[in-house]
Amino acid sequence: MIPVAFDYERATSVEHALSLLAEHGDDAKLLAGGHSLLPLMKYRLAAPAVVVDIGRLSDLSYVREDGDTLAIGALTRHRDVEVSDLVHSQAGLLAAATSKVGDPQVRHRGTLGGSLAHGDPASDLPATLIALGGSLVVDGPSGRRETSVDDFFTGFLETDLADDEMLVEVRVPKAPNARWSFQKFNRRAQDWAIVGAAIQVEGDRCGVGLVNMDSRPIRAAGVEAALASGATAADAAATAADGLEPPADLNAGVEYRCHLARVLTRRGLEESGVS
Amino acid sequence: MHVSMTINGKAVSDDVEPRTLLVHFIRENAGLTGTNIGCDSSSCGACTVHLEGEAVKSCTMLAVQADGHDLTTIEGLADGDVLHPMQQAFHECHALQCGYCTPGMVMAAVSLLDEVPNPTEAEVREGLEGNLCRCTGYHNIVAAVLQAAGSEGVSS
Repeated sequence: MIPVAFDYERATSVEHALSLLAEHGDDAKLLAGGHSLLPLMKYRLAAPAVVVDIGRLSDLSYVREDGDTLAIGALTRHRDVEVSDLVHSQAGLLAAATSKVGDPQVRHRGTLGGSLAHGDPASDLPATLIALGGSLVVDGPSGRRETSVDDFFTGFLETDLADDEMLVEVRVPKAPNARWSFQKFNRRAQDWAIVGAAIQVEGDRCGVGLVNMDSRPIRAAGVEAALASGATAADAAATAADGLEPPADLNAGVEYRCHLARVLTRRGLEESGVS
Repeated sequence: MHVSMTINGKAVSDDVEPRTLLVHFIRENAGLTGTNIGCDSSSCGACTVHLEGEAVKSCTMLAVQADGHDLTTIEGLADGDVLHPMQQAFHECHALQCGYCTPGMVMAAVSLLDEVPNPTEAEVREGLEGNLCRCTGYHNIVAAVLQAAGSEGVSS
């Protein structure tokens, strides 16, 4: 399988990448690690006229502390997130979820920013960032802006990113004392989650993000509200699928996915110390 | 576009279309056909090579992304007639049936031991989840990786 022919541009800086995006508009796609975009191009589900390779912008690969926040460069590879001591100590849920992405070869190439910018409801990290209450720093022609994860995922493979913008940093509130759980249900090694639940509990605040339970990465807002008003883990988890519209496919129908969401959320809450 | 890279210690350069996949460059431009194409969709791992020492699936990289980088393929593991310890372990444990997945398996296994030098059996199985053996000969593959881990530990 070979992609449709395209023009290749290698960005040498964020500014250069942004100028190429400004020049080519929606004919262009950014290429980071390539583990979301290249499969789509090989299946010819995507056929950008111009590919802007940002994979060599090494100054966007970092994990560092910034006050009460953990700042992670958009081009930080899954592998580097997975083994980062800072991520382990300050955002354990992110380390755990990242270690479940794809397989080792995929994690050597794929990037955190690429996975989030792809906005796939079936991938692990968007739901994880929802549970963490993170935010995304976007650079563009009018400068940098920061957007909450709750405003970022707007539809199926659609995000708040404009054609002339790029994701440059992911920010996560430090949570050294949080308890968390990442529940990924699949039948075979390496598969996408049929359903997943990312959960972080810190004091009386609980974040729950669900994988593959709607047309976009989704917060289980009903579960969070129930817990906030004193519900048990079992009662809160019973609301996990309320109002959601999960996909039906060869792996699972809608009812089965809703069942999985309730079960995985309960297991995850219990593993996170909620009784 | 002109790309240059080092494969198994030798400089290789050629003009390619930007859409040329790395695995095609390795097989057709560099003439190294030990790296197999299996699923062609980053699932099976048959095309696994090392990029800067780390296992990657060469069907899911463009040759232009590897421009300027250092690669190792299955042909680059042995030292002359002396097999790499992982190859020797695959040989001794009969860790192959049809052999199609073997180059990718070996490359993934070498990368795994670089990151986890003394893995448990569970860690080997999880570490090789990106490689499929459709003969389902996993038992001896896992045994070979564990043996190689032990022998490398003894030799170092």
